[in-house]
Amino acid sequence: MESTFTKWALGIWTALVIVFLFVPIAIIVVYAFNPSHIQTWPLPGLSTRWFPAAWHNREIRHALWLSVKAALLATGISVTLGTAAAFAVHRFKFFGREAVSFIVVLPIALPGVLTGIALNSFFGFWHIGLSYWTIVIGHATFCIVIVYNNVIARLRRISGSLREASMDLGADTFVTFRRITLPMLSTALISGALLAFALSLDEVIVTTFTAGAQNTLPLWIFGAIRLGQRLPEVNVVVTVVMLATLIPVILAYRLMNRAPADTGK
Amino acid sequence: MQRTASAADFNAAQRFFRRASSLLWRRPRVAATVLLAPPMLWFVLIYLAALGILFLSAFWTVDDFTGEIVHQWTLINFETLATSETYRAIAGRTLGIAALVTLTDIVLAFPCAYFMARIAGPRLRATLFVVMLLPIWLSYVARVYAWRLILAHDGVLNWTLHQLGLPAADIGYTNTAMWLVFSYIWLPFMITPIYAAIERVPGSLFEASADLGAKGLRTFVKVTLPLVVPGIIAGSIFTFSLTMGDYITPILIGGPGSSFIGNVVYSNVGIANDIPFAAAFATIPAVVMVAYLFAARRLGAFEMM
Amino acid sequence: MKATRSQITSAVAGGMAAVLLTLGVAASAAPVKANYPDKIGKGEGQLNLVAWEGYAQDEWVKPFEKQTGCMVHRKYAGSSDEMVALMRQGGGGEYDLVSASGDASLRLIYGGDVQPVDVKLIPAWQDFLPQLKSPPNNTVNGLHYGVSYEWGPNVLLYNTNKVTPKPTSWDAIYSDAYKGQVTVPDNPIQIADAALYLKAHKPELGIKDPYELTRKQLAAAVDLLQKQRPLIKKYWAQASDEIELFKNGDAVVGAAWPYMTNALQKDGVSVADTIPAEGATGWSDTWMLSAHAKHPNCAYKWMQYVSTPKVQAEQAIYFGETPANKEACSAMDKIEKGACHKFHLDAPSSYFDQIYFWKTPRTQCADGQRNCTSYRDWQRAWQRVKG
Repeated sequence: MESTFTKWALGIWTALVIVFLFVPIAIIVVYAFNPSHIQTWPLPGLSTRWFPAAWHNREIRHALWLSVKAALLATGISVTLGTAAAFAVHRFKFFGREAVSFIVVLPIALPGVLTGIALNSFFGFWHIGLSYWTIVIGHATFCIVIVYNNVIARLRRISGSLREASMDLGADTFVTFRRITLPMLSTALISGALLAFALSLDEVIVTTFTAGAQNTLPLWIFGAIRLGQRLPEVNVVVTVVMLATLIPVILAYRLMNRAPADTGK
Repeated sequence: MQRTASAADFNAAQRFFRRASSLLWRRPRVAATVLLAPPMLWFVLIYLAALGILFLSAFWTVDDFTGEIVHQWTLINFETLATSETYRAIAGRTLGIAALVTLTDIVLAFPCAYFMARIAGPRLRATLFVVMLLPIWLSYVARVYAWRLILAHDGVLNWTLHQLGLPAADIGYTNTAMWLVFSYIWLPFMITPIYAAIERVPGSLFEASADLGAKGLRTFVKVTLPLVVPGIIAGSIFTFSLTMGDYITPILIGGPGSSFIGNVVYSNVGIANDIPFAAAFATIPAVVMVAYLFAARRLGAFEMM
Repeated sequence: MKATRSQITSAVAGGMAAVLLTLGVAASAAPVKANYPDKIGKGEGQLNLVAWEGYAQDEWVKPFEKQTGCMVHRKYAGSSDEMVALMRQGGGGEYDLVSASGDASLRLIYGGDVQPVDVKLIPAWQDFLPQLKSPPNNTVNGLHYGVSYEWGPNVLLYNTNKVTPKPTSWDAIYSDAYKGQVTVPDNPIQIADAALYLKAHKPELGIKDPYELTRKQLAAAVDLLQKQRPLIKKYWAQASDEIELFKNGDAVVGAAWPYMTNALQKDGVSVADTIPAEGATGWSDTWMLSAHAKHPNCAYKWMQYVSTPKVQAEQAIYFGETPANKEACSAMDKIEKGACHKFHLDAPSSYFDQIYFWKTPRTQCADGQRNCTSYRDWQRAWQRVKG
């Protein structure tokens, strides 16, 4: 077992890593209260004047709404398709089964810029104009794997015997699915969906190539950072979105940890 | 009247479902197809088709003046890449920094993951889990930008050093800055899989090894490390690939001589409109990653993702 | 001269289209024919712009929205290349208008990406400077592919506290006096700036036009730029990059637009700009209408609106450039006393003629020989420079 010294050393290391992770985030939050739009350190004072400014900014509202709409649909698609693929791979043995898990992982394992230009030239090839739908297609493609991974991990943990018992008692496939499998899967589905939603909401590398003239929130942030005129509003938006995501993210992780893990072991 | 109709409908529907159910039960092949067809069609018709078209277009070229794509087979793009010092240097830089970032993140993440999995109590562990992964959900672009504010000539870092009476660090807009920021951004992606791998190692294994007299370090090298390797590889897929495919950090953080493959690809698509050349260059990270994935799956890393 | 050049280019484009067609490949690489509306109809409620940073500011966009009901969505681009790419994105039609400079406009015209504009529908066009009514960069075979907007020189920007005495030569960004504190645009057209410098300092190279370089001349310019690279803090991709570099003390001298000088001075940074002895490159911009514009009525309303003296004056003073509409002079003076003179709208045409306006480098030199380097050569060379 680990010595006390090792325990302390590891603990301190962990604490330092947390500091490393959160210093830049603290900087963003602090700059949201910058009274001037010039980003100098230290701050000349504190002010909340950028909060109403950001709230009244039409571009930010548009971008936020587009992001939420795209993330909702992309999440819906990836939950449906990801769950179906996970079930097929887990339940059945078929030729090319191994290939499925490989293909599903590809969109997040291959560099984002590749997925981006591939989709971009694909849409160009078929003369499909870039729109809300192309954003959704791009996002769903790499979100499927999130749900897939979550569901298949849970399916491996759930024992098959419960399902078989249900079938033996006369319940058909659909009833068994609704009464037995779905409840056991629900937390994995919810956490997978939340993760997919969050991933879609913040994606920028692929979205650049699929969004066309529209701005999603991360694209707006990227543009605003590069143009430099609305930096305090960027910090405000990031801070507010951060607080808003905090709750679902914490919820997602709690659900993931409180899984029916005991049944599997 | 209406009621009977809907009751009949209901019965019909129920009968349909029953029939479908028993069909699916007796014919696993049908069930597998029904489940598998939609996701696979999605991937084949959209994603793989897109990759295929991209790969094909690497063998086309672009008209010099109007910038329209000329659909004629040629190897000119690959020739340019192979013979140009510049593109070799860019590919080398991209792969080199991606590898360095991966190593850095392994070193940073391993002790944390170990602490979370083996030392922290359940409550602390859950908290640490959320805390470590929280940054992923905050705007990636904004976090990269925060580093620009930290590393600038008159930024937070130099201000702090000045307060401490230390000389100024001049790392803003350099490759060092990029290494630092990449390691920062992708660190959480390394912590989770390593944590998952350590958590799977049964505690009894550690104890057995200790009982047999193995010292801490030997236990670590002989027992823990080999079992954790799949987790490390799973994490490295993320850190390596995410670094390799990025173009935003080089734009925001890099200086002269900081171009990545992603930047050349981005500027050829988004700026020069030379998709064939971009496609040709993008085959390098694609080939590297596919090879990496095959190796990773053999080592069992997919289970950890 | 004007006629011969456009004849040559259309012949080239025509020949190319023919070759592609015989190969059985669909290609749209030819200028789009005129298809004028009889009058400007009701606005479509929306307008998508690709513009230079600072070209669609709220000061004049908000009144336009109120007046026409066309909600403006703007995308600021950092270079001409980016503009061309944006106008072609998704097969065109994403954006209605682009404020293209001379090095993008012909590419857009011959790429079939923009369509002719009926200048009769834009009354203020009558008051434009004579050189900008039908300039070769937006008028081909007598068709106007857009209306000229504003123009100006690229300047040398410097921090007045750190750079003394006042620089008079582009030497400031090529010699190692300010090593590690220099910033220049991340843009292949920057090669022309180097060529302009060599034109003055190495006459033996025989550079006449900085946009028409033989292989040898291009190599010399690239060599100069590669020597410059160790001096560079960062190649700026957007105007704001440079503004931030100057604000944070990372850069003290660089190639810039007057826009940066204005923005920095407004924020209290002590900077100034100058046109050095070697002369300067510059831009002459055109609002061009996409061949696939989804909101043509709003687009025409915008072109009408931005051609009026008031908007031209606001734009000029905000960005630090010169309007195409000569009637803007009094409007400029009304906003800022002496602005008309300060921004050269009352200058003789010799001022206009001394700026080397951006244009797309092509293999065909002005003397008809085909030994010049193309823009693609420049793009590749630029990648070599920045590494």
